[in-house]
Amino acid sequence: MTAAAEPTEPQSGDRVRRHRLSTRLWHWLNAVTLAVMLMSGLTIFNAHPRLYWGEYGANFDKAWLEIGAIRGEGVLRVGAVTIRTTGLLGVSQGADGAERHKAFPHWATIPSYYDLAIGRRWHLAFAWVLSLSLAFYLIWSLVNGHLRRDIHITRREWRPAHVWHDIKEHARLRFPKGAAALRYGVLQKLAYAGVLFGLLPLVIVTGLGMAPGVDAAWPWVTAIWGGRQSARSLHFLAAFGLLGFFAVHLVMVLLSGPLNQLRGMITGWYRLPR
Amino acid sequence: MSGLVTRRGLLVGTSGLLLSGCDRLSESPGFRSLLTEAEALHQRSQRLIGGHEPLAREFSSADVSPVFRPNGNRGVGGADYERHAAENFANWTLTVDGLVARPLALPLAAIQALPQRRQITRHDCVEGWSAIGVWQGPQLAHILKLAGLLPRARYLVFHCADRFDTRPYYESIDLLDAFHPQTILAWRMNDAALPVANGAPLRLRVERQLGYKHAKFVQRIEARASLAGLYGGKGGYWEDVGDYAWYAGI
Repeated sequence: MTAAAEPTEPQSGDRVRRHRLSTRLWHWLNAVTLAVMLMSGLTIFNAHPRLYWGEYGANFDKAWLEIGAIRGEGVLRVGAVTIRTTGLLGVSQGADGAERHKAFPHWATIPSYYDLAIGRRWHLAFAWVLSLSLAFYLIWSLVNGHLRRDIHITRREWRPAHVWHDIKEHARLRFPKGAAALRYGVLQKLAYAGVLFGLLPLVIVTGLGMAPGVDAAWPWVTAIWGGRQSARSLHFLAAFGLLGFFAVHLVMVLLSGPLNQLRGMITGWYRLPR
Repeated sequence: MSGLVTRRGLLVGTSGLLLSGCDRLSESPGFRSLLTEAEALHQRSQRLIGGHEPLAREFSSADVSPVFRPNGNRGVGGADYERHAAENFANWTLTVDGLVARPLALPLAAIQALPQRRQITRHDCVEGWSAIGVWQGPQLAHILKLAGLLPRARYLVFHCADRFDTRPYYESIDLLDAFHPQTILAWRMNDAALPVANGAPLRLRVERQLGYKHAKFVQRIEARASLAGLYGGKGGYWEDVGDYAWYAGI
């Protein structure tokens, strides 16, 4: 049952059990895996920094997104909009200080020098870790009730007034205190559910959809996205969606007592905020 | 402002440490072989879900790329090849040897006279781009039956006329891909003679794998029991030179 229903409700300042072992293990494993996937993925993107919609797409076809260098100037083009990005995208300084013409800079990629074969080795090996750990975590969270108790959004929480209230509280950086801090807010639940059931499955299935062997065995894995190049575009967008989640997640942790939150995710023990 | 710079410095410093760690791991033979283990996992899992030996998807004429991007070597060069090209490859001969009962020397005309397969498929490059083209040629299985593979044969090696510097291009596939119905030796592309840039006069099509497996300018097919002892021993030019995966279904 929920903590609030128990006769001895924990009070502000109490040390309480916060995160299950399975959640903590997956959280940190997934943090490392996602970092490797994103950075090795950027190495792969650097091999062909153009994105298309449909089944095919190569240099002579129309790209909806392109990163490159024009007359020594780094540029990002999305549709009809072109932005100068020298120093970050297209043209940046390499680890040796020399000017480097690659879409993403050396500090954002694994390996830090351009090597597509090694980038792929990292990416495709860690893809197994990402997929299997997510599958085990979801199954285990279903079994131990984590999904039902902590992630499931109740009908009451879906009410617009409730969601609006949570948005206002977040905007004022007012976070729950005492026993209420044991439960996720509706925005928090939406973010976690969006990652667990939205972005992570999307990034995995669009990744599989790019494999010619998978396309032959299970054509729907590629076809549902509208083709291999659409799958590649969505893979890229989902990866940046995950990066966006990470940025917001980091800010929220920093704003809501980073040491206490960090301890909660490492040891499982958390002090209820006053 | 100075606080910002320090924090940025700290961030860059930390990511630098992490990165040099990743680079060191990338170059450590132990870790590399661990990452390479995944290749066998890809092959086994794809062969598991593809146990029914599925065909790669075939498309319609309306789906064909307006321009099929050539990649890798766009020609062979040298007087020999130029002469062959000038003769429209009329005197080009494909040798089939190694572990076969009847070694073959097939002129291009003989290959063109074999039963043909025409397929519209998507070519997926390891770099990420794709192009759809129309391919036509005899099934490799047909040629292998003519030569009669010996029981010890496990791999087919495709020796190509093109080179990178001094290293000849070559590729290899196993018997499952060699006898796959869509594995053909294409001499036509987009219903015209195969252009030089795309591998004239003969190019392998292995539709369930990435582009670098589709050897161009094929001169000789060698049946072997093992890939060890041939060039770098990893079964292909890019596999030897760049550590690209031999199994390229992903």
